[in-house]
Amino acid sequence: MTLAHLISFLSQLTQTLLVVLIAPLMLGWVAQCRAWLQNRSGPGLLQPYRVLFKLLHKDALLAHNASPLFRSAPYIQFGCMVLAASVVPIIETNLLFAPAADVIALVGVFALARVFSSLAAMDVGTAFGSLGARREMLVASLSEPALLMVLFTPLLIVQSSSLNTIVDTLAHREFQLHPSLAFAAVAFVMVLLAENARIPIDNPSTHLELTMIHEAMILEYSGRHLALIEWAHAIKFTTYCAIGIALFVPWGIAQAGVWQVLPGAVFALLVKLGVAGAGLALLESVCAKLRIFRAPEFMGMAFMLAALGMLTRLLLGA
Amino acid sequence: MYPFEEAPLDLILGIVLYWLLIGAAGLLRPASLRFVSRVLFPMGALGGLLLVIAALTAVRLDPASMVLPLGLPDLPFHLRLDALSAFFMVLVGAIAFGVSLFSVGYFRSGEGALPGLLCLQYHVFLSSMVMVMLADDAYLFMVAWETMALSSYFLVTTSHRIPEIRRAGFLYLLIAHIGAIALLLCFGVIHGEAGHYAFDALRANSLSPFWGSAAFLLALAGFGAKAGLLPLHVWLPEAHPAAPSPVSALMSAVMLKTAVYGFLRVGFDLLSAPLWWWGVTALVLGLLTALFGVMFAAVQSDMKRLLAYSSIESIGIIFAGVGLAMIFHTYHNPHLAALALAATLYHCLNHAFFKCLLFLGTGSVLHATNERNLGRLGGLMRTMPWVAGFSLVGALAIAGLPPLNGFVSEWLLLQAFLFSPGLPNPYLNMLVPLGSAALVLAAALSGYVMVKFYGVIFLGQPREDKLASAHDAGGWERCALAWFALGCIALGLFPMAVILMLDHVTSLLVNFSLSSVTSGRGWLLFAPIAAQRASYGPLFFLLGIVGTLAVTFLAVRAFYHGRLRRGNAWDCGFPAQTSRMQDTAEGFGQPITQIFEPFFRVRREMPDPFSRTPVYFKTNEDRIWYWLYLPVAHAHERIASWIGVLQHGRIHIYLLYSFATLLALLLFVR
Amino acid sequence: MSTSAQLINLMASLMLLIAFAMLAQRRIKSLIYLFAWQGLVLAANSLIVGWYTGHHELYLSAFFTLLLKVMALPLVLHYLIRRLDIQWDVETLINIPATLLAGIVLVVFAFNLALPISQLAGTITRGTLGIAIAVVLLAFLMMITRRKAVPQVIGFLAMENGLFFAATSATYGMPMVVELGILLDVIVGVLILGIFFFQVREAFDSLDLKHMEKLKESDP
Repeated sequence: MTLAHLISFLSQLTQTLLVVLIAPLMLGWVAQCRAWLQNRSGPGLLQPYRVLFKLLHKDALLAHNASPLFRSAPYIQFGCMVLAASVVPIIETNLLFAPAADVIALVGVFALARVFSSLAAMDVGTAFGSLGARREMLVASLSEPALLMVLFTPLLIVQSSSLNTIVDTLAHREFQLHPSLAFAAVAFVMVLLAENARIPIDNPSTHLELTMIHEAMILEYSGRHLALIEWAHAIKFTTYCAIGIALFVPWGIAQAGVWQVLPGAVFALLVKLGVAGAGLALLESVCAKLRIFRAPEFMGMAFMLAALGMLTRLLLGA
Repeated sequence: MYPFEEAPLDLILGIVLYWLLIGAAGLLRPASLRFVSRVLFPMGALGGLLLVIAALTAVRLDPASMVLPLGLPDLPFHLRLDALSAFFMVLVGAIAFGVSLFSVGYFRSGEGALPGLLCLQYHVFLSSMVMVMLADDAYLFMVAWETMALSSYFLVTTSHRIPEIRRAGFLYLLIAHIGAIALLLCFGVIHGEAGHYAFDALRANSLSPFWGSAAFLLALAGFGAKAGLLPLHVWLPEAHPAAPSPVSALMSAVMLKTAVYGFLRVGFDLLSAPLWWWGVTALVLGLLTALFGVMFAAVQSDMKRLLAYSSIESIGIIFAGVGLAMIFHTYHNPHLAALALAATLYHCLNHAFFKCLLFLGTGSVLHATNERNLGRLGGLMRTMPWVAGFSLVGALAIAGLPPLNGFVSEWLLLQAFLFSPGLPNPYLNMLVPLGSAALVLAAALSGYVMVKFYGVIFLGQPREDKLASAHDAGGWERCALAWFALGCIALGLFPMAVILMLDHVTSLLVNFSLSSVTSGRGWLLFAPIAAQRASYGPLFFLLGIVGTLAVTFLAVRAFYHGRLRRGNAWDCGFPAQTSRMQDTAEGFGQPITQIFEPFFRVRREMPDPFSRTPVYFKTNEDRIWYWLYLPVAHAHERIASWIGVLQHGRIHIYLLYSFATLLALLLFVR
Repeated sequence: MSTSAQLINLMASLMLLIAFAMLAQRRIKSLIYLFAWQGLVLAANSLIVGWYTGHHELYLSAFFTLLLKVMALPLVLHYLIRRLDIQWDVETLINIPATLLAGIVLVVFAFNLALPISQLAGTITRGTLGIAIAVVLLAFLMMITRRKAVPQVIGFLAMENGLFFAATSATYGMPMVVELGILLDVIVGVLILGIFFFQVREAFDSLDLKHMEKLKESDP
């Protein structure tokens, strides 16, 4: 193994660990911003870590008829999310794992995790579990076409579906206004909200309501399994934000091998994540949750926006 | 390393003969199940394995041809083995091996037709499919095609004492013949004035755009009828549930692919000058079929019907891929044409493997429980762990999830779609990318369908008491399921190996081999266009997930305790839950019918609020049946009744008809 | 690409976006806001084109647009719906996703229609002609799918916006006389329609255009 391999391996490890470790913080930040917007003092930024710590120390309680699938699903979800996190460039573009999956394969990783969580939700055989599984799959199957259309526009501009190449091309050349990218970015935010079980599609802070989607699926989990699922969920959210940053505001991500800008890159990442979290908190405070059958309309809007972005790109070359 | 390099064509002919002999041997002791299933079917499976080896060899070799002294006096049977037919023969062989293995343990006595007869039909079916792919003249092609249709008809109607099954068989036969007529006309049109029906002569015959288009549309109708393309798909969801599971698996996995083979043969090989809208027609029809199939699959409550509709979806995706390849081909872009074609062929192979796996899995479930209705199944993972485990692989593969095989072909096809903005036609330029969204919608909904299929059958609590006594599949069946599951995994993890095989096919049809741009990247990384452009490394992928999984598991174990308690399911604290409170198959279908309502013809009967015995009833029917088939049937009956006027039953009148005809002929044809 | 060309493209994209938003909007009140925004984008576009090409009469046209389409007409419409007490009316639109899909097909059609024309034109704004045609067609589609009277009027006004935009992008604006004439027509049109609304409601007790179906020769 050469030195270059070693460096890129270390860089990969650092970036992945960074995402995995700051993911709960990101959720905490969004919750804190929401609390501020609603004139509450909020639980503090570190609350998600405390929750994870607590859950990891509790006994895991399983239903009598829970199968091995049910027990392994949290680990699989966590593994998928870590893999996804390690493909997205956040600080610099020299990722060892990047060639393993382009953006489309990344969508596949999320789908894999989702299918496992849905199957696990159906495993115990309760009314809520299967209801949540069905809704989750429904929302996902509607948001995936929209997501593909979102990805189409940057792919057209850069002529590549590899995230490394996209970031390298978009961030390190002459600045240009891309209205088509703006369309795609708005659509991406809508998809992000839907895929991460946020308002207006789902309400992450609800329990015991007939409208819940994600929470309904994990009702039967407890202890370390629940901790892994919550953590995986946080990583997914952060990774989605990172994908958005890489596609639409990649300025600041360092090129491979340019060491002197790394501190700046880390700072830029934290600022961007902070702004993204605050923006999402604002969105969640001003929007109301939609009925489940309004979700197709919501995703239709996202799809249309993304398709418009692609069409304007083709027409205006912008 | 490659045996039989000398004469793979001879070997394949030998296998055809061998299968026919096995079939005939079934007639020696037609009533003995032991003889048929323990001796003949394993021998047939061996033939499948040999076919795989021979065909894998033949893919790499130059085309070989042969003329058999059989058939019409002036038109002997022409045979030809090239990369395209060899690729499809790999598929036939691999599937035949697994299905024959499964059949050893599957067939029981006292179910419909005699075992010996079944064995004959089964092996004739296999041989006829191989002959379709070997045929090098229109005559032999049609003979093999019709033999295939008839033998599969008899296989479908194995339990011919049940009226619904007879009806399904009739529908199948009817549409198969409509398709055959279209094919006959198609070959006639391509033949034109040329003297010979051998494919070489047809290839040499250059057609005007009008007649070329007519031939193409006839081919689309003929092969579409066999493949289940919209609107000639109605036989599929009837015939597949009616047939025994191994037969459904064989029909869905292989017979539908013979139609794809034929379409490729005519569209890329025989018709030399394609027009741009041919590809567009196939693409649009394929996408519509895919969406239609997956939506209907989502609302089914019979597990084999669900899989049949899912087959319609896959066929739609395959035809969309063929259409895309044709579009690129007509615009002289061999690289992308090869990419789309490779994706399509890859999907054919993948579909054969995972659909077989699931059909055979449902066969085992059917034997263990005697239930096909999803509403009466559930929780089988506890009683049938083997079948459940293998079916999970199949379900994940069908849902297009990495790192299994379904994902690879969909990924390839999407890459081809992503390139379409380079097309010179501005309309296609903008509309084809939107088509890729339809493809993704179909793929995502198939994930929904598979969660429904797997979750309702294998997960949750058993919905009936008798399910607790269900037994797992026997050893032979497990072996067959393992073969298909391993196939799904291997095809997913080693895409480069498959691409190397497909290269011979793509360089035959569109003069481009993908490995010329991918070589040098090794087996780990899969980059069909350029490493900068897009890449996918399934092994890395698996390594990443499994590695993290292991690390997480060990970390959780090492730093924390492993305590685990068991209790009742919580379900938000609701104490009185029963298995009837789980989501049913109908419940899973409900959001789909609500969102995509225009696609369905929904009939609902709500119970009266004061009824003591409330009945809720809902059906989702196919609109095309009412728009197309019933009007045609009614028109046909009306015409028949007019012609029926001629029929009196009196011999004098009939003699008068003959006499009048004779006079007319004498008058006009002097 | 120069900065002004990028800005013009941005404005064009915003026009298209607002046209789509109007197609999907249910509330009459929000519809009027969207219409005002569209006018604002239009005025900004005229300003940018005028500044870049040196056609200074476009400043005047931008000013009139601002005055009329961003301030006067929305105010009139707001007043109207307040008086008619339909501020919070929500229209039951059939199947918004299907309408949007039809809209996308229209956009593709318009873009391809404009391709040969814009290749001939030598203006800096030539790429935006396709968007202008699309905006006109989308406004037309909106008029078709609405059942209430006020949204139809807004659709009509949006169509005029599209035409105006087309003129700016194809030939740097119409002659001032024509432009002023059209603006006057629009004002008069809206005023007459406003009076009509009251009459229609008087006659049918509703502004739902479904009731107009009764106005035909044969009695059902």
